[in-house]
Amino acid sequence: MSTQYETVIGLEVHVELHTNSKIFCGCSTEFGAPPNTHTCPICLGHPGVLPVLNRQALEYAMKASMALNCTVADVSKFDRKNYFYPDSPKAYQISQYDQPVGEHGWIDIEVNGETKRIGITRLHLEEDAGKLTHVDGGYASLVDFNRVGTPLIEIVSEPDIRTPEEAKAYLEKIRAIMQYCDVSDVKMEEGSMRCDANISIRPYGQEKFGTRAELKNMNSFRGVQRGLEYEQWRQAEVLNSGGEVVQETRRWDEAQGKTLSMRGKEEAHDYRYFPDPDLVRVVIDSEWKERVRASIPELPDARKARYIAEYELPSYDAEVLTSSMKMANFFEESLNYTKDAKAVSNWIMGDLLGYMNANNLEFGDIKLTAQGLGEMIGLLESNTINSKIAKTVFKSMLETGKLPKQIVEEQGLVQISDEGAIKSICEEIVAANPQSVADYKAGKEKAIGFLVGQVMKASKGKANPALANKLLVEVLSSL
Amino acid sequence: MAQFDLRLQDLHNGLKDKQFSVSELTEASFKRISETDSAVQAFLTLNEEGARAQAAELDKQLQAGGERGLLFGLPSGVKDNIVTEGLRTTCASQFLRNYDPIYDATVVRKLKAAQSVTIGKLNMDEFAMGGSNENSSFFATRNPWNTEYVPGGSSGGSAASVAAGQVYFSLGSDTGGSIRQPASYCGIVGLKPTYGLVSRFGLVAFASSLDQIGPLTKNVEDSAYVLQAIAGYDQMDSTSANVEIPDYTSALTGDVKGLRIGVPKEYMGQGVDPQVKEAVLAALQVYESLGATWEEVSMPHTEYAVATYYLLASSEASSNLARFDGVRYGVRAENPDNLIDLYRKSRSEGFGSEVKRRIMLGTYALSSGYYDAYYKKAQQVRTLIKRDFDQAFEKYDILIGPTAPTTAFRIGEQVGDPLTMYLNDILTIPVSLAGVPAVSIPCGLAEGMPVGLQIIGKPFDESTVLRAAHAFEQNTDHHKARPQL
Repeated sequence: MSTQYETVIGLEVHVELHTNSKIFCGCSTEFGAPPNTHTCPICLGHPGVLPVLNRQALEYAMKASMALNCTVADVSKFDRKNYFYPDSPKAYQISQYDQPVGEHGWIDIEVNGETKRIGITRLHLEEDAGKLTHVDGGYASLVDFNRVGTPLIEIVSEPDIRTPEEAKAYLEKIRAIMQYCDVSDVKMEEGSMRCDANISIRPYGQEKFGTRAELKNMNSFRGVQRGLEYEQWRQAEVLNSGGEVVQETRRWDEAQGKTLSMRGKEEAHDYRYFPDPDLVRVVIDSEWKERVRASIPELPDARKARYIAEYELPSYDAEVLTSSMKMANFFEESLNYTKDAKAVSNWIMGDLLGYMNANNLEFGDIKLTAQGLGEMIGLLESNTINSKIAKTVFKSMLETGKLPKQIVEEQGLVQISDEGAIKSICEEIVAANPQSVADYKAGKEKAIGFLVGQVMKASKGKANPALANKLLVEVLSSL
Repeated sequence: MAQFDLRLQDLHNGLKDKQFSVSELTEASFKRISETDSAVQAFLTLNEEGARAQAAELDKQLQAGGERGLLFGLPSGVKDNIVTEGLRTTCASQFLRNYDPIYDATVVRKLKAAQSVTIGKLNMDEFAMGGSNENSSFFATRNPWNTEYVPGGSSGGSAASVAAGQVYFSLGSDTGGSIRQPASYCGIVGLKPTYGLVSRFGLVAFASSLDQIGPLTKNVEDSAYVLQAIAGYDQMDSTSANVEIPDYTSALTGDVKGLRIGVPKEYMGQGVDPQVKEAVLAALQVYESLGATWEEVSMPHTEYAVATYYLLASSEASSNLARFDGVRYGVRAENPDNLIDLYRKSRSEGFGSEVKRRIMLGTYALSSGYYDAYYKKAQQVRTLIKRDFDQAFEKYDILIGPTAPTTAFRIGEQVGDPLTMYLNDILTIPVSLAGVPAVSIPCGLAEGMPVGLQIIGKPFDESTVLRAAHAFEQNTDHHKARPQL
């Protein structure tokens, strides 16, 4: 019988800060420019150049630290991490070793309705490397230095994560918080958010951690979860077959769906960290900290709590709505046009997210406005339209961005609530469907549904369904 | 060679009064170089075309009249580890034998703004590592006083070219004595400013926490003028100091009455040549006669300075020189087997033995498991050495000692013995570790070779250093001695 293992995971998340310029020079950080067009002698590491810290990058790192409940250092400094690789023009990366910007933080995540606190060891500021492309079947490599010097923060978690689902929830929470703080685009597909993991397993009840593997190259939320699922399975297989997990760095291969060894412990680099003599220590006084703190907006957890208290939304709805700031803002803006928060939530979480996911769109890409959604729900409330018309209006809003009143007018979609008009349609339908009428009379209650459907169809969906039902029953009972 | 003895101020006046033109001064420099440089070998690269074009342009401006800055039209040389846009900059290394920079160092921009004419790039020990110029990977510069002797280093070319009258001033860089020691060996004035006074942007880094650019000139007043042109805060250099820059020439009053001088007894002890010591004591008598007072002071951590320096400077160098990997610029080895082989071959072929020695030393000192015992310990000792200076400056306005324990030595004499070579910097290194300013000025000859007097000041108090140096110069003739070439 195989042993049951507990998984222990710690994540290292890199987030690119969306400053206008690079961390140590004035070059643009714009994504997607032609190779090597956003470079200068400084980020190319030419002889004699010196770095000057971008103040905005430091403030973003402070802001992110505070949002992750970290203590921001009074004195922070930069160190050199030495290693040779063609994507690193100076052959060292300017990073932070023992005096990072932030330390001792935490965030709460929710998995299966349970809230769990994950510790954050540290948050430090560093520069990104260039991008290598291997061509000619590995015979040659091309290097693009546009990305070199883009400011990054590295967020290191405590080994508090126990399952791949928790890891995914943690990442999603980090992403939401960074988005709320407006310090990064946090797009895993574009590499503005990247994640490495340390993962080990141990028999339940054992205190000592097992030997860990460092997992790299997981380029999506799904990739992180799948990579970790594979790795915890692999390590259990190794142990159950009498083997030992070795300390190594492994790479997640998305196509093969497995992790592969990259390098062992003995090949680990000695980075020879030492304080960068080209940069001075950064002294952060309390006044500066407070100024940065004041720029942090309401964060996802606070917003979620407010949605539950203020709008009486279920916890699940509040969690989903606040998982993206743009979505939460859209939700709140809609409420300027209707009071029915639950209805707004339902439309966003149902039809809207369904549409966006199917078309790979984000808030900002869509034509539907919050005003449109709010007003449409208002029309439903006032019985100006019914839910069937609403679907048509909603679709039209997604396509054109027009407001619902205009759509309703243009397409003549106002609900028919005139009893006389509906009653005459009911009479026509009853006359045309003797079999259903007979069924109804024979006690088959379901037959009424078919008849209502026929009334709605005959009215091109515009009849008030409740009225149609009521009048149909009247017509049938008068037979 | 009358022009040889002119002060910058005289040259400035001569241009103003149209006694000679910028082009004539420039041609005179090139002529002097063609006459003397086969013996001295100070220049690695001559900027003949650029300098002549610039001179012609400046002469036009001169015709138009108007006020000109003091350095306007004056020929100068730049040490080859200070980058000059489009003008070859090799750091005297094979690695950069084909490197033409794509930007100007801040000091070069300042010289251009002051409209000095750059005559060329000056020889040095490779990547500024060495004290004799014998580590240049191209050829060794010779001492103009005796071409069998070294000019000192690493700014040997900068010192020799000024001593030989090829240029009127030059820029050098000083990490552990690399301006002061060659100035001493060549009988000229070499100033290492306070760390942070002159921008390092564009100075190819050897040891970033120690490197500092400074002027080499024939007299103290010239030194003040050049310092004035290159000093000042630079937003491109985070370690540059945002301090008010005084008018240095106005400090040259000739008055040292009441000046309190400390003489570190450790700088006058074992290993210091008796003739050097004698020259320094004679200089102290001059100061006494001018109303200054002096007494011995102890700087107890001096003996640890050389070891501390070689750990810290080499550690920083091992990282600073890592960018020379054969990938983006400089020399790339042919036919490497793979990436690691490309690095290994390029660096093996590109660097000379002294550079390799220091890279290995520094890499070792920073390695996991050794960091605390070497790099970190050295940082702690550096703090103690700095404290020696802080304490001394509570009592004294300046400190005085020899610049180097001996005068220049024969070429080849110490090549096989790097440790002896390292000890030539024993009196300049503590000053570098403390980051304070110091100047070396001529204070006599010993067996025909110049002796240098080192005057050390408080941080950012170059004015007092220059005032003391200038007063000595006004009352002695040592600075008027000239080599026979």
